[in-house]
Amino acid sequence: MNDMTPDRDDRIANLKGMGCARKRVEDVRFTQGKGNYVDDIKLAGMLHGDFVRSPYAHARVKSINTDAALALPGVIAVLTAKDLEPLNLHWMPTLAGDKQMVLADGKVLFQGQEVAFVVAEDRYIAADAVELVEVEYEDLPVLTDPFAALQSDVVLREDLAGQDSGAHGPRRHHNHIFLWEEGDKDATEQVLDSAEVVAEEMIYYHRTHPCPLETCGAVASMDKVNGKLTLWGTFQAPHVVRTVASLLSGIEEHNIRVVSPDIGGGFGNKVGVYPGYICSIVASIVTGRPVKWVEDRMENLMATAFARDYWMQGKIAATKDGKITGLWCHVTADHGAFDACADPTKFPAGFFHICTGSYDIPVAYVGVDGVYTNKAPGGVAYRCSFRVTEAAYFIERMIEVLAIELGMDAAELRAKNFIRADQFPYTSALGWEYDSGDYHTAWTKALDAVDYAGLRREQADRVAAFKRGETRKLMGIGLTHFTEIVGAGPVKNCDILGMGMFDSCEIRIHPTGSAIARLGTISQGQGHATTFAQILATEIGIPADSITIEEGDTDTAPYGLGTYGSRSTPVAGAATAMAGRKIRAKAQMIAAYLLEVHDNDVEFDIDRFVVKGVPERFKTMKEIAYAAYNQAIPGIEPGLEAVSYYDPPNMTYPFGAYICVMELDVDTGEHEIRQFYALDDCGTRINPMVIEGQVHGGLTEALAIAMGQEIAYDEMGNCKTGTLMDFFLPTAWETPNYTTDHTETPSPHHPIGAKGVGESPNVGGVPAFSNAVHDAFRAFGLRHAHMPHDHWRIWKIANQLGLHG
Amino acid sequence: MPKTAIKLNVNGKAEDLLVEPRELLIYVLREKLNLTGPHVGCETSHCGACTVEIDGKSVKSCTMFAVQADGAEITTIEGLSTPDNLHVLQRMFREHHGLQCGYCTPGMIMRAHRLLQENPNPTEEDVRFGIAGNLCRCTGYQNIVKSILAAAAEINAAQEAAE
Repeated sequence: MNDMTPDRDDRIANLKGMGCARKRVEDVRFTQGKGNYVDDIKLAGMLHGDFVRSPYAHARVKSINTDAALALPGVIAVLTAKDLEPLNLHWMPTLAGDKQMVLADGKVLFQGQEVAFVVAEDRYIAADAVELVEVEYEDLPVLTDPFAALQSDVVLREDLAGQDSGAHGPRRHHNHIFLWEEGDKDATEQVLDSAEVVAEEMIYYHRTHPCPLETCGAVASMDKVNGKLTLWGTFQAPHVVRTVASLLSGIEEHNIRVVSPDIGGGFGNKVGVYPGYICSIVASIVTGRPVKWVEDRMENLMATAFARDYWMQGKIAATKDGKITGLWCHVTADHGAFDACADPTKFPAGFFHICTGSYDIPVAYVGVDGVYTNKAPGGVAYRCSFRVTEAAYFIERMIEVLAIELGMDAAELRAKNFIRADQFPYTSALGWEYDSGDYHTAWTKALDAVDYAGLRREQADRVAAFKRGETRKLMGIGLTHFTEIVGAGPVKNCDILGMGMFDSCEIRIHPTGSAIARLGTISQGQGHATTFAQILATEIGIPADSITIEEGDTDTAPYGLGTYGSRSTPVAGAATAMAGRKIRAKAQMIAAYLLEVHDNDVEFDIDRFVVKGVPERFKTMKEIAYAAYNQAIPGIEPGLEAVSYYDPPNMTYPFGAYICVMELDVDTGEHEIRQFYALDDCGTRINPMVIEGQVHGGLTEALAIAMGQEIAYDEMGNCKTGTLMDFFLPTAWETPNYTTDHTETPSPHHPIGAKGVGESPNVGGVPAFSNAVHDAFRAFGLRHAHMPHDHWRIWKIANQLGLHG
Repeated sequence: MPKTAIKLNVNGKAEDLLVEPRELLIYVLREKLNLTGPHVGCETSHCGACTVEIDGKSVKSCTMFAVQADGAEITTIEGLSTPDNLHVLQRMFREHHGLQCGYCTPGMIMRAHRLLQENPNPTEEDVRFGIAGNLCRCTGYQNIVKSILAAAAEINAAQEAAE
């Protein structure tokens, strides 16, 4: 007979499993300054690398003279493309099927491009040496406008001359990369031709940058004695980096260890492979010493992965009473100098074709033209899943434009066209199978929460008061109902450089009943060490506090595709649950043996296996773990370990309803966010505290993007936004308080029903803020104005509408 | 480059250092004293990840030369507490989920620490204005503000109890 205390509720509480607001285990280190970020790594004899970068956006490199730099005491080496060429490392493949110069090979194509890599004893000497490298340039005509680039005689990519097709099909112009199409073009155009109402608009989602507080960097250490290369770095996908490093360098993969230490925010910036990583590796091989490269903020903003830069021409057709009948979209996508977009291989425009959004649209067409320009390469998913934020912004703006065309309330128009709960699983006109959703319930809850009708009455009063000259402030109500597509993805159609986008978890239960689990993902602040332990606690009945989660070391963690696109919970979270279930299955057999009953006569109960119908006869997981190591059990191997590689059968489709109430000063263009209500449905909720934190953070990144943040160039291709003076990151002073809420519609195909949430607030937040600005001016005839809505641009809207008298 | 001798008191410990005049304080703290709690985020005084206390003021150590700090008393996040006896701000940041990636956290906590010395009873608005020199990309600040206000309340309650 076993002791029946503690009681059931205490046993559940003790696990700190799924659904509880467990405090983060990471914080103990971070709050004491004991994080271990890449720049904190110090190795004996370590050298420092720094780049000579191009001041020109487009120029021929006539000569590079490194003599003066090499003569400086403390300078060990200066690498140029000529030095990398014998190793075939002067160019590298991009994630998008293109190639990219590691160091300038004959010409430069964007300002800030890497030209030479200086290696010196310390950072100051390296910086001095950068100044001493003499580069002679001959400037060439600059193309910063993708529309002009497609008409221009100027050839940007001379290396591709004569190639009339690329990784994604035909190229129709020397600055054209691909045309990617989805949907039924003819049928969509027929619907548009015969529609009662068609709204048309050009929606620009401007170029911006993820700008994590920690920039990108790496430390490479080639040990020539044992032939092993170790590479620490800011990698959101360490295993992929190892495979790429092996393919590029010829070093066998078992001789490469890639480690992502703590990462100071990623937001997509740390998915790509950058020249700094390659140069650090080569420099370590050449010098035989460890080499560290950490970029500064200006290098980060000018040269590593940008996001967005989509010109989206849209047409949406509807009946007079507001039933949407078709959607057409053509995107001109500015990819910069090299096509280095971080998307699954078969999706050159990512998952942009989720752009039918939350709506039941019978027919649709999307075409995306990728274009080369003299801007930095990149095209990463900045806190979103592969162009989903562009798609969500597009459809949520088009809905507003259609509402204006119809003279209809935008909330009512949305509700009229939502996919109904009974239509799931729902196949969209552009081919996605939405797994689950209940949009009407979420929408009604959101509208009720903010007293939508009351807000509209207040807004009407305000407009009247404005017209009477009693106020200079307008009020905007920004609505959004977004649907995301995350958790890439099924190996049958999702891969990165040929690696299927599965993910993995390996669990070892120790004899005394604690455990370690390793995953193929890597946290950049999401709190994986906390939340994945919660999933396991619930699955295997061992307290989360007794489970160590480890990620980011390719020598120990199982292979996985990393953390971006909100894929950790949908994919690695599923692997974790599945590996936990393998543990549980073996534990069941051990328990049955110990309890001297048949396997099927015991059942799992929180933290133990119980003989069915005899709750006082049980073995706890702790006892089972011990038995796994100290008893010879017939037919069962010793030990208690499991590994799972999870290939998701489908993406997950989180959704949400956001409402922003904004006050705009017509004379100064200043805004004040009076209220922001965010309802998220991410399926099963693992840790509500962490979810809320993700929503706050994502909304603030959305606030930045919508209201001021951009990467801007002048006509010479000079990047005008290279420091935090020019590139807007909101402070606490400018950031509002948010109200969070939720509904819970579990994913039917995910082992625990979770869908992912980290990126929802950025995807949904941008249209909510932007729609609020537009809505404030709707009564005065505004249809669409491009982001970012900084004070000057809002002032300009008011001015152009004649509101300044 | 010729070096200059400076004396610093860092986290209660006297340090005699030889530095180049151009060496930034953050560089000396991180590279020479191995205090890697303060971080570099922007090098332009905007982000505050490098915030430390110098002679009772919050200072962004990325835009101050080490020689300028000669003779100063400096406290970094490493000097705020011991692992067995965390500062109330460190506890409250964890309690209220006031951090995510942790990169801004040492600077943010050091700024909050000084803010509460300057103003022991801040309003939410005071806190938001008082930490506006420290950027966070992860949290949206709401929980940072909550953490700081909770710390202020706990400090004040403890003081009242003691009086």
